[in-house]
Amino acid sequence: MTRTQQQAIRLVIAVIAVAVVVQFFAWYFPTHYGPTDTRLFASAMYIGVAAMGLNLLTGYNGQVSIGHGAFFGIGAYITALLMDHQYSWFGLNFGHQNFLSTIPTVAVVTFVIGALVGFPALRVKGLYLALVTLGLAVVFPDLATRFVKGTGGTSLVSLTSTELAAPRWFPSQLSAQDQWAYTMAFAFALLGLVAVWVLARSRFGRSLIAVRDHEAAAASVGIDLARTKVTAFALSAMYAGIAGSLSVLVVQNASGDDKLVTFQTSIEFLVAVVIGGTATVVGPLIGGFAVVYIQKWATDAFPNKPIISPATFGIVLIVLMYVLPDGVVGGGRRLRGLAGRTLRARRRRDVNPAPL
Amino acid sequence: MALFFTQLLSGIQDGAVYASLAVALVLIFRTTGILNFAQGEMALYSTYIVWKLTTGGVPVWLAILISIVISFVGGAVIERVVIRPVERASPLVVVIVTIGMFLAINSLTQLQFGSGEHAMPSFYPQHTWRPGGVLVSSDTIALVGVLGVECLLLYFLLQHTKLGLAFRGVASNPESSRLLGVPVGRILMVGWGLAAAVGALAGALVVPTTTGLVPSSMQQILVFAFAAAALGGFDSVLGAVVAGLVVGVADALTTGYIHALHGIDLLVPFGLILLVLLFRPSGLFGSTRVERV
Repeated sequence: MTRTQQQAIRLVIAVIAVAVVVQFFAWYFPTHYGPTDTRLFASAMYIGVAAMGLNLLTGYNGQVSIGHGAFFGIGAYITALLMDHQYSWFGLNFGHQNFLSTIPTVAVVTFVIGALVGFPALRVKGLYLALVTLGLAVVFPDLATRFVKGTGGTSLVSLTSTELAAPRWFPSQLSAQDQWAYTMAFAFALLGLVAVWVLARSRFGRSLIAVRDHEAAAASVGIDLARTKVTAFALSAMYAGIAGSLSVLVVQNASGDDKLVTFQTSIEFLVAVVIGGTATVVGPLIGGFAVVYIQKWATDAFPNKPIISPATFGIVLIVLMYVLPDGVVGGGRRLRGLAGRTLRARRRRDVNPAPL
Repeated sequence: MALFFTQLLSGIQDGAVYASLAVALVLIFRTTGILNFAQGEMALYSTYIVWKLTTGGVPVWLAILISIVISFVGGAVIERVVIRPVERASPLVVVIVTIGMFLAINSLTQLQFGSGEHAMPSFYPQHTWRPGGVLVSSDTIALVGVLGVECLLLYFLLQHTKLGLAFRGVASNPESSRLLGVPVGRILMVGWGLAAAVGALAGALVVPTTTGLVPSSMQQILVFAFAAAALGGFDSVLGAVVAGLVVGVADALTTGYIHALHGIDLLVPFGLILLVLLFRPSGLFGSTRVERV
């Protein structure tokens, strides 16, 4: 078999595998599993979406943020408020929208805010930048408490089941609320994954990596440092914002007034990136699942002592970092490398038997 | 004018607390280059030890001393057991490990001591004075006094002892220090131990001035301590102290005066930090690194 033939066969197998997986998750899973499972899956996927964005920033571009919970919160609020309230602007009504029509607003607003936050990153680096983003995570809940007027004047915006329901054009087999939330999370996770895959292989993706690895060298070959860094920030903020929108469908409300929650959300994204595998395409999504399911197992393992579950989660995190310092994907690659080496070594032994 | 000085003093009091936890962060950062997310929770655990001892009838000052000693040992053990295996890993991995510690220590503390609120005694009598209408409390005097003494001791330790020399050597160049016979591993343990001890003192002092000891007591303080450490420059103890006070005062003065900032007063310290970092990207007192191409 020639090389091109081999490649063609591989491509066909890959396409079929992807099609089967997509088919399974898009159709079989939501129709055969109950709301508990689909909601858990959906939350893993929106954390995965936020982590994909953060991975563009932290993994590919090397800028650490521990404040993306703020963008997540902004996305959640915009979606929830647009779905809930009656807004008019210059005589045009913007309120009572369906979920999908709020996404463009979320994308644009979080992209712009992300770019604004990205500007200090041109000067402030490393840990100092991480601390600036921490400020974002800490200040955002106060701003939310002060300015968001949701249900009953509090900063919690809760939505009714009619507001959260699937639109009428949606297939009736998938139109239960949890199925709708699941499908949206799945669709955006897939979209986000493809976008990262394309971006990472593009000129922009390569310039992200170049800037991470050596700024001065990157600038010397004509990469616009400012534009690259700010765009990375803006894109990652947009991913986090859309993840926030998805969370509204899953948890059925938007609240961002608790500092600790915003901080923990930001941390969860970072944890998802690192346990999945930094600077890999599918790593963050796997990380999202790891974060959600490890926490679930930690809670289920000690049903009478809920206090232990964060400790279990924390200890699992530490152990994971010992065992897989380069994440699940990195660990998989190492394993494959190891297997490949052993195979090659065996083949070589067969071809060149030791001289007697 | 009385309001101004009252606010100023309250800011200095808060600032002293942020400063002492920031000093703990800096001690660890200088030697290991790690930002320890679990610093606040380590201090929380130490504070619970103080509380537990005082409920058993131990005088408060003795309880604090015992807790400091236990914390020193505990910090050193954490460095040796938890941090050493990932010492050479990427910084992000270490960050995740300290976050794991944050979660684990917080929930183990709740498991051991319960999640209820406890009244925490202080080692000095509660008293307030009003010279010229300015509110002065014994809390402010005690916190600032202890911070001052702590800084002097640390200064002496770092600048005038053999241990301090080794410590600074490891901070600036671990490889050369090792070649010169400095036991780098043990110095790192001492760094973590010192940080834990400093944190223990901070926790034992600050909690009595707040409403009570709860498992979330140290979390907001940790955020401010991070802010102070960034403002001062991560590798400068002096910077951490000055910046802690600056953050505390900035926060207190603006909330006292600008009504529009009510509820969003955190904008002030973080706005300040952003502004300072834009002009001095490695903090007020941090050392800048020259990048060679």
